[in-house]
Amino acid sequence: MMADAYQRILSWVKGLGRLGLFTWEVIQSLVGERLAGRIFLQQLYLIGVRSQTVVLVTGAFTGMVLTAQTYFQFHKVRIDTGSLAVVGISMCSELGPVLTGLMVAGRVGAALAAELGTMRVTEQLDALRALATHPVDYLVVPRVLGTIIAMPLLTAESMAIGIGAGYAVGAWFLDIDPTYSWHNMVRYTTVNDVLMGTIKAIIYGAMIGVICCYKGMHCGEGAEGVGRAATEAVVRSSITILISNFFLTLALNRILENE
Amino acid sequence: MIEVRELHKRFGTQHVLRGINLHVEKGEAVVIIGRSGCGKSILLKHLIGLLPPEEGDVVVDGRSLKGLDERQLLRMRQKFGMLFQSAALFDSMTVAENVGFALRRARRFSEQEIARQVGEALEMVELPGTESKKPSQLSGGMRKRVGLARAIVYRPQIILYDEPTTGLDPIMADSIDRLIVRICDRLKVTSIAVTHDMRSAARIGRRILMLEEGQIYISAPPDELFRSKDPVVHRFVHGISEAREQSFQP
Repeated sequence: MMADAYQRILSWVKGLGRLGLFTWEVIQSLVGERLAGRIFLQQLYLIGVRSQTVVLVTGAFTGMVLTAQTYFQFHKVRIDTGSLAVVGISMCSELGPVLTGLMVAGRVGAALAAELGTMRVTEQLDALRALATHPVDYLVVPRVLGTIIAMPLLTAESMAIGIGAGYAVGAWFLDIDPTYSWHNMVRYTTVNDVLMGTIKAIIYGAMIGVICCYKGMHCGEGAEGVGRAATEAVVRSSITILISNFFLTLALNRILENE
Repeated sequence: MIEVRELHKRFGTQHVLRGINLHVEKGEAVVIIGRSGCGKSILLKHLIGLLPPEEGDVVVDGRSLKGLDERQLLRMRQKFGMLFQSAALFDSMTVAENVGFALRRARRFSEQEIARQVGEALEMVELPGTESKKPSQLSGGMRKRVGLARAIVYRPQIILYDEPTTGLDPIMADSIDRLIVRICDRLKVTSIAVTHDMRSAARIGRRILMLEEGQIYISAPPDELFRSKDPVVHRFVHGISEAREQSFQP
């Protein structure tokens, strides 16, 4: 029992170490090697443009339901026009980046891990290396950079659509005064909230890219290995986003308050 | 040109390579034979640095691969071309993009020059006019030919073939063998092939090495190997299974 637990911890620490080395390799390549520009643009399109629908739908409905729930509580104490301000702050600093991160991890992360995993099991990664090309330079860096750049843009969209949808629901369905509602939202949602969401989105983009590419590049053999890598990529990057969100909120609040 | 010294490799408890010693001269055509799972492909991957040795060393052109990091190995691999067992074509690219991959990555050639060299390589493997096809539109034999074109287009000094005829019909296998011999003669390259197809080994090898229980069991010219009276060699070369494998034991 103890030996089993020890083995599990050891394997977890080893995995963490390998992920650390992989991240270091990505950083070195990002800084020192020439970017595969065409693949980067392709990935930016696949990650950024093709994720629009899922991110917009998620952002809109989150903003709508959050407005409704906040209104139901605030209405009891007659501060209806404060509802959109809560939505604004929540969408910018928390829900926008986290939900966008989870959606991108689900949609793009699985695809990244499955694609690289398939390349591994069909010897395409070995073929790349045999052709004197480093798989991290050619495959990983464009994908990681793609998620790092796409994530804040998608998050900004999610924030905007969430607030817009919340405003529409408040004004049209809940009879909240639209002028005061908007005024309060602008008054209480600060630049720091938007900045916090954007910084989080960039960090989540890097996390999704690195974790999912790592899982794909180190997947097990056969179709089972690829399937497991795709599942693990989504689960690990989602959990990492949720856990790190707590620490990032504390740290960024401190840093941005002192600015 | 290539020297392997006391090479060992283990996968978990399985000791696959148990002290391989091998020397291949420049321009030689060597074939490595052995039973399925005996470590032939593993040995081939060590020669190009795709796998690191656990013990022992691989020396290419007087330079040891021991201790080289991946980026140093990449530079060394420019001397090599490799045909993979499954051809390992990049399935998101066309045939022309696959074949021209190394040239494009080298950033030394114009698009016209790349197209010309790709055309020439495809001509050499008898697949002209397939440039715009995707790997999924090709048969097994065609994929191997494209893989071969990709391996020779940048004129490497050493070409490694991993099971070049596995999964092909006898006529296609014969055609691939002839192609390998032609490329070896025309480009004056060092060839190292791994196979368990004895007809193929006899056609393309000037020297045949047999791998048995993780070691080089015999190294001989094809004629000598086929005439060998050694029971292990004789059984393998003529495809005779051991008696105990034939009987069913509940």
